[in-house]
Amino acid sequence: MRQRDPLLDIRGLFKSFGSVEVLKGIELSVSAGELVFLIGPSGSGKSTLLRCCNRLEEPTGGSIHFDGKEVLDPAIDINGLRRRMGMVFQSFNLYPHMTALGNVTLALRKVLRKPKAEAGAIGLQALDRVGLAHKAASYPAELSGGQQQRVAIARALALEPRLMLFDEPTSALDPELVGSVLATMRELRESGMTMLVVSHEMRFAREAADRVVFMDGGVIVEQGPPEQIFGAALHARTRAFVSDVAR
Amino acid sequence: MERFLDSFLNPKLIAATWPAILQGLIVTIEIAALVVVSGLALGLALALLRWRAGAWFTWPLMVFVDLFRAVPPLVLVLLIFFGLPNVGIDLPSFAVLWLVLSLVLAAFAEEIVWAGLIAVRKGQWEAARSTGLSETQTLIYVVLPQALRLMVPPLTNRTIAITKNTALGTVIGVPEIMNQATTAVSFSGNATPLMMGAAAYLLLFVPIIGLGRWIEGRFAWRRQ
Repeated sequence: MRQRDPLLDIRGLFKSFGSVEVLKGIELSVSAGELVFLIGPSGSGKSTLLRCCNRLEEPTGGSIHFDGKEVLDPAIDINGLRRRMGMVFQSFNLYPHMTALGNVTLALRKVLRKPKAEAGAIGLQALDRVGLAHKAASYPAELSGGQQQRVAIARALALEPRLMLFDEPTSALDPELVGSVLATMRELRESGMTMLVVSHEMRFAREAADRVVFMDGGVIVEQGPPEQIFGAALHARTRAFVSDVAR
Repeated sequence: MERFLDSFLNPKLIAATWPAILQGLIVTIEIAALVVVSGLALGLALALLRWRAGAWFTWPLMVFVDLFRAVPPLVLVLLIFFGLPNVGIDLPSFAVLWLVLSLVLAAFAEEIVWAGLIAVRKGQWEAARSTGLSETQTLIYVVLPQALRLMVPPLTNRTIAITKNTALGTVIGVPEIMNQATTAVSFSGNATPLMMGAAAYLLLFVPIIGLGRWIEGRFAWRRQ
Protein backbone atom coordinates (compact mmCIF):
# COMPACT_ATOMS: atom_id res chain seq x y z
CA MET A 1 0.00 0.00 0.00
CA ARG A 2 1.34 3.35 -1.02
CA GLN A 3 1.81 6.25 1.40
CA ARG A 4 -0.87 8.88 1.05
CA ASP A 5 0.61 11.93 2.78
CA PRO A 6 1.04 14.65 0.16
CA LEU A 7 4.68 15.15 -0.81
CA LEU A 8 3.73 18.21 -2.84
CA ASP A 9 0.82 20.38 -1.82
CA ILE A 10 -0.11 23.37 -3.94
CA ARG A 11 -2.71 25.76 -2.48
CA GLY A 12 -4.30 28.78 -4.16
CA LEU A 13 -1.46 29.29 -6.60
CA PHE A 14 -1.55 32.36 -8.82
CA LYS A 15 0.89 33.45 -11.50
CA SER A 16 0.71 36.45 -13.80
CA PHE A 17 3.01 37.56 -16.59
CA GLY A 18 2.42 41.30 -16.59
CA SER A 19 -1.32 41.73 -16.88
CA VAL A 20 -1.89 38.21 -18.17
CA GLU A 21 -3.04 35.82 -15.46
CA VAL A 22 -1.74 32.36 -16.34
CA LEU A 23 -2.56 30.44 -13.15
CA LYS A 24 -5.79 31.28 -11.33
CA GLY A 25 -5.88 29.59 -7.96
CA ILE A 26 -4.48 26.12 -8.51
CA GLU A 27 -5.13 23.47 -5.84
CA LEU A 28 -3.18 20.27 -6.39
CA SER A 29 -1.50 17.73 -4.18
CA VAL A 30 0.74 14.83 -5.14
CA SER A 31 1.34 11.92 -2.76
CA ALA A 32 4.63 10.10 -2.42
CA GLY A 33 4.95 7.43 -5.09
CA GLU A 34 2.21 8.88 -7.26
CA LEU A 35 2.47 9.56 -10.99
CA VAL A 36 0.32 12.56 -11.83
CA PHE A 37 -0.24 13.61 -15.41
CA LEU A 38 -1.03 17.22 -16.34
CA ILE A 39 -2.87 17.56 -19.62
CA GLY A 40 -4.62 20.42 -21.35
CA PRO A 41 -4.54 22.64 -24.42
CA SER A 42 -1.45 24.77 -25.03
CA GLY A 43 -1.56 27.97 -23.03
CA SER A 44 -3.56 26.32 -20.26
CA GLY A 45 -0.74 26.92 -17.76
CA LYS A 46 0.52 23.34 -17.26
CA SER A 47 4.18 24.13 -17.91
CA THR A 48 3.99 27.30 -15.85
CA LEU A 49 2.52 25.31 -12.96
CA LEU A 50 5.39 22.83 -13.20
CA ARG A 51 7.98 25.58 -13.35
CA CYS A 52 6.47 27.29 -10.31
CA CYS A 53 7.11 24.15 -8.24
CA ASN A 54 10.89 24.70 -8.26
CA ARG A 55 10.55 28.45 -8.73
CA LEU A 56 11.99 28.67 -12.21
CA GLU A 57 8.95 30.91 -12.42
CA GLU A 58 8.16 33.01 -9.36
CA PRO A 59 4.47 32.57 -8.44
CA THR A 60 2.48 35.73 -7.76
CA GLY A 61 0.57 34.24 -4.85
CA GLY A 62 -0.42 31.08 -2.99
CA SER A 63 1.61 28.39 -1.28
CA ILE A 64 3.55 25.30 -2.30
CA HIS A 65 4.43 22.78 0.39
CA PHE A 66 7.09 20.24 -0.54
CA ASP A 67 8.61 17.61 1.70
CA GLY A 68 7.48 19.52 4.80
CA LYS A 69 8.77 22.91 3.73
CA GLU A 70 7.19 26.01 2.21
CA VAL A 71 8.78 26.45 -1.23
CA LEU A 72 7.69 30.10 -1.50
CA ASP A 73 9.29 31.07 1.83
CA PRO A 74 11.79 33.77 0.85
CA ALA A 75 14.27 32.38 3.40
CA ILE A 76 14.23 28.83 2.01
CA ASP A 77 17.46 27.28 0.68
CA ILE A 78 16.22 27.29 -2.91
CA ASN A 79 19.26 25.42 -4.29
CA GLY A 80 18.86 22.65 -1.72
CA LEU A 81 15.19 22.41 -2.59
CA ARG A 82 15.79 22.23 -6.33
CA ARG A 83 18.25 19.40 -5.82
CA ARG A 84 15.46 17.32 -4.24
CA MET A 85 13.09 18.18 -7.09
CA GLY A 86 14.55 16.89 -10.36
CA MET A 87 13.43 18.52 -13.59
CA VAL A 88 13.46 17.23 -17.16
CA PHE A 89 12.96 19.70 -20.00
CA GLN A 90 11.40 19.48 -23.44
CA SER A 91 14.67 20.53 -25.10
CA PHE A 92 16.91 18.30 -22.90
CA ASN A 93 19.25 21.21 -22.08
CA LEU A 94 22.33 19.04 -21.69
CA TYR A 95 25.58 20.97 -21.30
CA PRO A 96 27.13 20.62 -24.78
CA HIS A 97 30.70 21.12 -23.54
CA MET A 98 30.58 18.17 -21.14
CA THR A 99 30.35 14.42 -21.65
CA ALA A 100 27.25 12.53 -20.55
CA LEU A 101 29.02 11.65 -17.31
CA GLY A 102 30.18 15.26 -16.91
CA ASN A 103 26.55 16.39 -17.25
CA VAL A 104 25.39 13.92 -14.62
CA THR A 105 28.18 14.60 -12.12
CA LEU A 106 28.41 18.41 -12.25
CA ALA A 107 25.90 19.06 -9.47
CA LEU A 108 27.23 16.09 -7.45
CA ARG A 109 30.66 17.65 -7.47
CA LYS A 110 29.84 21.34 -7.19
CA VAL A 111 26.66 21.31 -5.09
CA LEU A 112 27.12 18.18 -2.96
CA ARG A 113 30.92 18.56 -3.06
CA LYS A 114 31.52 14.87 -3.64
CA PRO A 115 35.05 13.85 -4.60
CA LYS A 116 35.53 13.13 -8.29
CA ALA A 117 35.72 9.34 -7.95
CA GLU A 118 32.60 9.09 -5.82
CA ALA A 119 30.66 11.46 -8.09
CA GLY A 120 31.79 9.39 -11.06
CA ALA A 121 30.55 6.16 -9.46
CA ILE A 122 27.15 7.70 -8.61
CA GLY A 123 26.96 9.22 -12.10
CA LEU A 124 27.67 5.91 -13.79
CA GLN A 125 24.99 4.25 -11.68
CA ALA A 126 22.48 6.92 -12.75
CA LEU A 127 23.46 6.49 -16.40
CA ASP A 128 23.10 2.74 -15.97
CA ARG A 129 19.57 3.25 -14.66
CA VAL A 130 18.59 4.89 -17.95
CA GLY A 131 20.53 2.26 -19.92
CA LEU A 132 23.31 4.55 -21.07
CA ALA A 133 26.35 3.65 -18.96
CA HIS A 134 28.15 2.77 -22.19
CA LYS A 135 27.68 6.34 -23.44
CA ALA A 136 29.30 7.97 -20.39
CA ALA A 137 32.16 9.42 -22.43
CA SER A 138 29.99 10.68 -25.31
CA TYR A 139 29.20 14.33 -25.82
CA PRO A 140 25.55 15.37 -26.22
CA ALA A 141 26.03 16.10 -29.93
CA GLU A 142 27.03 12.46 -30.41
CA LEU A 143 23.80 11.15 -28.88
CA SER A 144 20.34 10.78 -30.37
CA GLY A 145 17.52 12.91 -29.00
CA GLY A 146 16.16 10.00 -26.98
CA GLN A 147 19.57 9.26 -25.52
CA GLN A 148 20.06 12.93 -24.67
CA GLN A 149 16.77 13.03 -22.83
CA ARG A 150 17.68 9.89 -20.89
CA VAL A 151 21.01 11.47 -19.90
CA ALA A 152 19.00 14.49 -18.74
CA ILE A 153 16.84 12.15 -16.64
CA ALA A 154 20.00 10.56 -15.21
CA ARG A 155 21.34 14.04 -14.41
CA ALA A 156 18.28 14.66 -12.24
CA LEU A 157 18.25 11.11 -10.77
CA ALA A 158 21.86 11.28 -9.64
CA LEU A 159 20.83 13.80 -6.98
CA GLU A 160 18.28 11.34 -5.53
CA PRO A 161 15.29 13.67 -5.83
CA ARG A 162 12.07 13.05 -3.92
CA LEU A 163 10.02 14.30 -6.86
CA MET A 164 10.62 14.45 -10.60
CA LEU A 165 9.06 17.14 -12.78
CA PHE A 166 8.77 16.35 -16.48
CA ASP A 167 8.02 19.23 -18.83
CA GLU A 168 6.90 17.69 -22.14
CA PRO A 169 9.84 15.26 -22.11
CA THR A 170 9.02 13.65 -25.46
CA SER A 171 7.68 16.61 -27.46
CA ALA A 172 11.00 17.40 -29.14
CA LEU A 173 11.68 13.78 -30.08
CA ASP A 174 11.26 11.94 -33.36
CA PRO A 175 8.40 9.43 -32.99
CA GLU A 176 10.69 6.40 -33.07
CA LEU A 177 12.71 7.75 -30.13
CA VAL A 178 9.76 8.46 -27.83
CA GLY A 179 9.47 4.83 -26.70
CA SER A 180 12.88 4.66 -25.04
CA VAL A 181 12.18 7.75 -22.93
CA LEU A 182 8.72 6.49 -21.92
CA ALA A 183 10.23 3.13 -20.99
CA THR A 184 12.72 4.90 -18.73
CA MET A 185 9.88 6.87 -17.13
CA ARG A 186 7.90 3.68 -16.61
CA GLU A 187 10.85 2.07 -14.84
CA LEU A 188 11.17 5.12 -12.64
CA ARG A 189 7.54 4.86 -11.72
CA GLU A 190 7.91 1.18 -10.89
CA SER A 191 10.83 1.99 -8.61
CA GLY A 192 8.44 4.23 -6.65
CA MET A 193 9.51 7.68 -7.86
CA THR A 194 6.96 10.46 -7.39
CA MET A 195 6.41 12.15 -10.74
CA LEU A 196 4.52 15.17 -12.01
CA VAL A 197 4.38 15.01 -15.79
CA VAL A 198 3.26 17.53 -18.39
CA SER A 199 2.88 15.61 -21.63
CA HIS A 200 0.77 14.90 -24.66
CA GLU A 201 1.47 11.16 -24.53
CA MET A 202 -2.12 10.21 -23.80
CA ARG A 203 -1.57 6.50 -24.24
CA PHE A 204 1.22 6.59 -21.68
CA ALA A 205 -1.03 8.59 -19.36
CA ARG A 206 -3.78 6.03 -19.71
CA GLU A 207 -1.42 3.13 -18.98
CA ALA A 208 0.88 4.53 -16.31
CA ALA A 209 -0.71 7.48 -14.53
CA ASP A 210 -2.35 7.19 -11.12
CA ARG A 211 -4.18 10.42 -11.70
CA VAL A 212 -4.77 12.71 -14.63
CA VAL A 213 -5.31 16.45 -14.13
CA PHE A 214 -6.99 18.41 -16.90
CA MET A 215 -6.19 22.13 -17.01
CA ASP A 216 -7.70 24.81 -19.17
CA GLY A 217 -7.42 28.60 -18.99
CA GLY A 218 -5.27 28.59 -15.86
CA VAL A 219 -7.56 26.47 -13.70
CA ILE A 220 -7.86 22.77 -12.96
CA VAL A 221 -11.10 21.75 -14.61
CA GLU A 222 -11.16 18.16 -13.51
CA GLN A 223 -8.93 15.45 -12.08
CA GLY A 224 -9.28 11.75 -11.49
CA PRO A 225 -8.02 8.32 -12.45
CA PRO A 226 -7.22 7.92 -16.17
CA GLU A 227 -10.34 5.78 -16.70
CA GLN A 228 -12.49 8.70 -15.59
CA ILE A 229 -10.70 11.43 -17.57
CA PHE A 230 -10.38 9.42 -20.76
CA GLY A 231 -13.58 7.38 -20.45
CA ALA A 232 -16.19 9.20 -18.44
CA ALA A 233 -15.15 12.79 -17.88
CA LEU A 234 -17.56 14.91 -15.86
CA HIS A 235 -16.96 18.16 -17.74
CA ALA A 236 -17.72 18.92 -21.35
CA ARG A 237 -14.39 20.76 -21.80
CA THR A 238 -12.49 17.67 -20.69
CA ARG A 239 -14.45 15.44 -23.03
CA ALA A 240 -13.90 17.84 -25.92
CA PHE A 241 -10.14 17.99 -25.30
CA VAL A 242 -9.77 14.23 -24.87
CA SER A 243 -11.68 13.49 -28.05
CA ASP A 244 -9.67 16.15 -29.91
CA VAL A 245 -6.31 14.61 -29.01
CA ALA A 246 -7.60 11.09 -29.64
CA ARG A 247 -8.29 11.97 -33.25
CA MET B 1 66.99 45.44 -57.70
CA GLU B 2 70.24 46.71 -56.23
CA ARG B 3 68.57 49.98 -55.34
CA PHE B 4 65.64 48.23 -53.74
CA LEU B 5 67.88 46.08 -51.60
CA ASP B 6 69.96 49.09 -50.67
CA SER B 7 67.04 51.15 -49.42
CA PHE B 8 64.89 48.38 -47.90
CA LEU B 9 67.26 45.63 -46.80
CA ASN B 10 70.57 47.36 -46.32
CA PRO B 11 72.91 44.89 -44.53
CA LYS B 12 75.01 47.57 -42.87
CA LEU B 13 71.94 49.27 -41.44
CA ILE B 14 70.52 45.96 -40.31
CA ALA B 15 73.70 45.30 -38.38
CA ALA B 16 73.64 48.79 -36.86
CA THR B 17 69.93 48.95 -36.01
CA TRP B 18 68.99 45.51 -34.76
CA PRO B 19 69.87 46.13 -31.10
CA ALA B 20 67.52 49.15 -31.06
CA ILE B 21 64.73 47.22 -32.79
CA LEU B 22 65.22 44.37 -30.35
CA GLN B 23 64.89 46.78 -27.45
CA GLY B 24 61.76 48.15 -29.08
CA LEU B 25 60.43 44.62 -29.46
CA ILE B 26 60.91 44.00 -25.75
CA VAL B 27 59.09 47.22 -24.83
CA THR B 28 56.26 46.36 -27.24
CA ILE B 29 55.95 42.88 -25.74
CA GLU B 30 55.85 44.35 -22.25
CA ILE B 31 53.11 46.84 -23.07
CA ALA B 32 51.17 44.34 -25.16
CA ALA B 33 51.22 41.73 -22.39
CA LEU B 34 50.12 44.26 -19.78
CA VAL B 35 47.38 45.66 -22.03
CA VAL B 36 46.03 42.24 -22.97
CA VAL B 37 45.89 41.04 -19.37
CA SER B 38 44.39 44.19 -17.86
CA GLY B 39 42.14 44.96 -20.83
CA LEU B 40 40.62 41.48 -21.04
CA ALA B 41 40.28 41.22 -17.26
CA LEU B 42 38.56 44.60 -17.07
CA GLY B 43 36.31 43.77 -20.03
CA LEU B 44 35.25 40.49 -18.41
CA ALA B 45 34.70 42.20 -15.07
CA LEU B 46 32.55 44.91 -16.66
CA ALA B 47 30.42 42.38 -18.53
CA LEU B 48 29.87 40.37 -15.33
CA LEU B 49 29.01 43.53 -13.41
CA ARG B 50 26.55 44.49 -16.11
CA TRP B 51 24.96 41.05 -15.86
CA ARG B 52 24.80 41.23 -12.08
CA ALA B 53 23.93 44.89 -11.51
CA GLY B 54 21.23 45.58 -14.05
CA ALA B 55 20.00 48.78 -15.64
CA TRP B 56 21.57 51.45 -13.43
CA PHE B 57 25.02 50.14 -14.33
CA THR B 58 24.33 49.54 -18.01
CA TRP B 59 23.73 53.19 -18.83
CA PRO B 60 27.06 54.67 -17.67
CA LEU B 61 28.81 51.57 -18.99
CA MET B 62 27.40 52.17 -22.46
CA VAL B 63 28.71 55.75 -22.40
CA PHE B 64 32.21 54.47 -21.59
CA VAL B 65 32.06 51.60 -24.07
CA ASP B 66 30.77 53.67 -26.97
CA LEU B 67 33.20 56.50 -26.28
CA PHE B 68 36.24 54.25 -26.22
CA ARG B 69 35.13 52.30 -29.25
CA ALA B 70 34.30 55.39 -31.28
CA VAL B 71 37.20 57.77 -30.60
CA PRO B 72 40.46 56.80 -32.39
CA PRO B 73 43.02 55.51 -29.86
CA LEU B 74 45.53 58.06 -31.17
CA VAL B 75 43.26 60.90 -30.06
CA LEU B 76 42.81 59.31 -26.64
CA VAL B 77 46.56 58.80 -26.23
CA LEU B 78 47.30 62.45 -27.09
CA LEU B 79 44.42 63.80 -25.00
CA ILE B 80 45.44 61.92 -21.91
CA PHE B 81 49.19 62.39 -22.27
CA PHE B 82 48.98 66.15 -22.88
CA GLY B 83 45.75 66.77 -20.97
CA LEU B 84 46.29 65.08 -17.61
CA PRO B 85 49.30 67.22 -16.57
CA ASN B 86 46.95 70.23 -16.73
CA VAL B 87 44.91 68.78 -13.87
CA GLY B 88 48.04 67.95 -11.91
CA ILE B 89 48.38 64.29 -12.86
CA ASP B 90 51.72 63.44 -14.42
CA LEU B 91 51.88 59.95 -15.84
CA PRO B 92 54.89 58.54 -17.68
CA SER B 93 54.26 57.87 -21.38
CA PHE B 94 54.47 54.11 -20.83
CA ALA B 95 51.67 54.29 -18.24
CA VAL B 96 49.49 56.48 -20.48
CA LEU B 97 49.81 54.05 -23.38
CA TRP B 98 49.01 51.12 -21.09
CA LEU B 99 46.01 52.89 -19.58
CA VAL B 100 44.49 54.02 -22.88
CA LEU B 101 44.96 50.76 -24.74
CA SER B 102 43.65 48.76 -21.75
CA LEU B 103 40.50 50.89 -21.63
CA VAL B 104 39.96 50.56 -25.39
CA LEU B 105 40.44 46.79 -25.27
CA ALA B 106 38.17 46.57 -22.20
CA ALA B 107 35.42 48.46 -24.04
CA PHE B 108 35.50 46.02 -26.95
CA ALA B 109 35.99 42.98 -24.72
CA GLU B 110 33.01 43.90 -22.55
CA GLU B 111 30.72 43.91 -25.60
CA ILE B 112 32.15 40.61 -26.86
CA VAL B 113 31.80 38.89 -23.47
CA TRP B 114 28.28 40.26 -23.06
CA ALA B 115 27.26 39.03 -26.51
CA GLY B 116 28.72 35.62 -25.63
CA LEU B 117 26.84 35.46 -22.33
CA ILE B 118 23.44 36.29 -23.79
CA ALA B 119 23.98 33.91 -26.72
CA VAL B 120 23.91 30.93 -24.34
CA ARG B 121 20.38 29.59 -24.35
CA LYS B 122 18.14 30.20 -21.36
CA GLY B 123 17.54 26.47 -21.02
CA GLN B 124 21.16 26.00 -19.98
CA TRP B 125 20.61 28.33 -17.03
CA GLU B 126 17.37 26.59 -16.11
CA ALA B 127 18.83 23.11 -16.32
CA ALA B 128 21.80 24.04 -14.14
CA ARG B 129 19.70 25.92 -11.59
CA SER B 130 17.21 23.01 -11.44
CA THR B 131 20.01 20.73 -10.20
CA GLY B 132 20.74 23.14 -7.34
CA LEU B 133 23.71 25.00 -8.81
CA SER B 134 23.86 28.61 -7.63
CA GLU B 135 23.78 31.49 -10.06
CA THR B 136 27.54 31.97 -9.81
CA GLN B 137 28.27 28.25 -10.19
CA THR B 138 26.01 28.14 -13.25
CA LEU B 139 27.89 31.06 -14.72
CA ILE B 140 31.32 29.54 -14.06
CA TYR B 141 30.73 25.90 -15.00
CA VAL B 142 27.92 26.02 -17.55
CA VAL B 143 27.51 29.42 -19.20
CA LEU B 144 31.00 30.93 -19.40
CA PRO B 145 32.64 27.85 -20.98
CA GLN B 146 30.01 27.92 -23.72
CA ALA B 147 30.21 31.70 -24.11
CA LEU B 148 34.00 31.50 -24.28
CA ARG B 149 33.83 29.40 -27.42
CA LEU B 150 31.85 32.17 -29.12
CA MET B 151 34.10 34.84 -27.66
CA VAL B 152 37.49 33.50 -28.67
CA PRO B 153 37.59 34.51 -32.37
CA PRO B 154 36.48 38.14 -31.87
CA LEU B 155 38.64 38.46 -28.76
CA THR B 156 41.68 37.20 -30.67
CA ASN B 157 41.04 39.78 -33.37
CA ARG B 158 40.68 42.56 -30.83
CA THR B 159 43.80 41.46 -28.99
CA ILE B 160 45.83 41.59 -32.18
CA ALA B 161 44.37 44.95 -33.18
CA ILE B 162 45.08 46.51 -29.79
CA THR B 163 48.62 45.12 -29.67
CA LYS B 164 49.33 46.74 -33.03
CA ASN B 165 48.13 49.99 -31.54
CA THR B 166 51.17 49.93 -29.24
CA ALA B 167 52.79 51.66 -32.24
CA LEU B 168 50.92 54.77 -31.09
CA GLY B 169 53.46 54.97 -28.27
CA THR B 170 55.67 56.60 -30.87
CA VAL B 171 53.81 59.92 -30.66
CA ILE B 172 54.37 60.24 -26.91
CA GLY B 173 57.91 58.84 -26.86
CA VAL B 174 57.47 55.26 -25.69
CA PRO B 175 60.55 53.44 -27.05
CA GLU B 176 58.64 50.57 -28.70
CA ILE B 177 59.33 48.98 -32.11
CA MET B 178 57.78 51.73 -34.21
CA ASN B 179 59.54 54.47 -32.30
CA GLN B 180 62.94 52.77 -32.66
CA ALA B 181 62.33 52.13 -36.35
CA THR B 182 61.20 55.64 -37.27
CA THR B 183 64.04 57.18 -35.28
CA ALA B 184 66.52 55.03 -37.20
CA VAL B 185 64.80 55.95 -40.46
CA SER B 186 65.18 59.67 -39.82
CA PHE B 187 68.85 59.26 -38.96
CA SER B 188 69.69 57.10 -41.98
CA GLY B 189 67.23 58.33 -44.59
CA ASN B 190 66.74 54.68 -45.47
CA ALA B 191 63.66 52.45 -45.14
CA THR B 192 65.53 49.40 -43.88
CA PRO B 193 64.71 49.97 -40.18
CA LEU B 194 61.01 50.06 -41.08
CA MET B 195 61.36 46.67 -42.77
CA MET B 196 63.06 45.43 -39.62
CA GLY B 197 60.20 46.86 -37.58
CA ALA B 198 57.73 45.01 -39.79
CA ALA B 199 59.73 41.81 -39.32
CA ALA B 200 59.67 42.34 -35.55
CA TYR B 201 55.86 42.72 -35.61
CA LEU B 202 55.57 39.53 -37.66
CA LEU B 203 57.79 37.74 -35.17
CA LEU B 204 55.47 38.91 -32.43
CA PHE B 205 52.10 38.30 -34.10
CA VAL B 206 52.43 35.06 -36.01
CA PRO B 207 52.69 33.08 -32.73
CA ILE B 208 49.76 35.03 -31.26
CA ILE B 209 47.59 34.31 -34.28
CA GLY B 210 48.63 30.66 -34.10
CA LEU B 211 47.74 30.58 -30.42
CA GLY B 212 44.33 32.09 -31.21
CA ARG B 213 43.65 29.39 -33.79
CA TRP B 214 44.72 26.70 -31.34
CA ILE B 215 42.38 28.04 -28.67
CA GLU B 216 39.52 28.29 -31.20
CA GLY B 217 40.14 24.67 -32.12
CA ARG B 218 40.13 23.58 -28.52
CA PHE B 219 36.83 25.27 -27.81
CA ALA B 220 35.06 24.07 -30.93
CA TRP B 221 32.77 21.18 -30.07
CA ARG B 222 30.07 20.22 -32.45
CA ARG B 223 26.86 22.18 -32.11
CA GLN B 224 23.79 20.50 -30.75
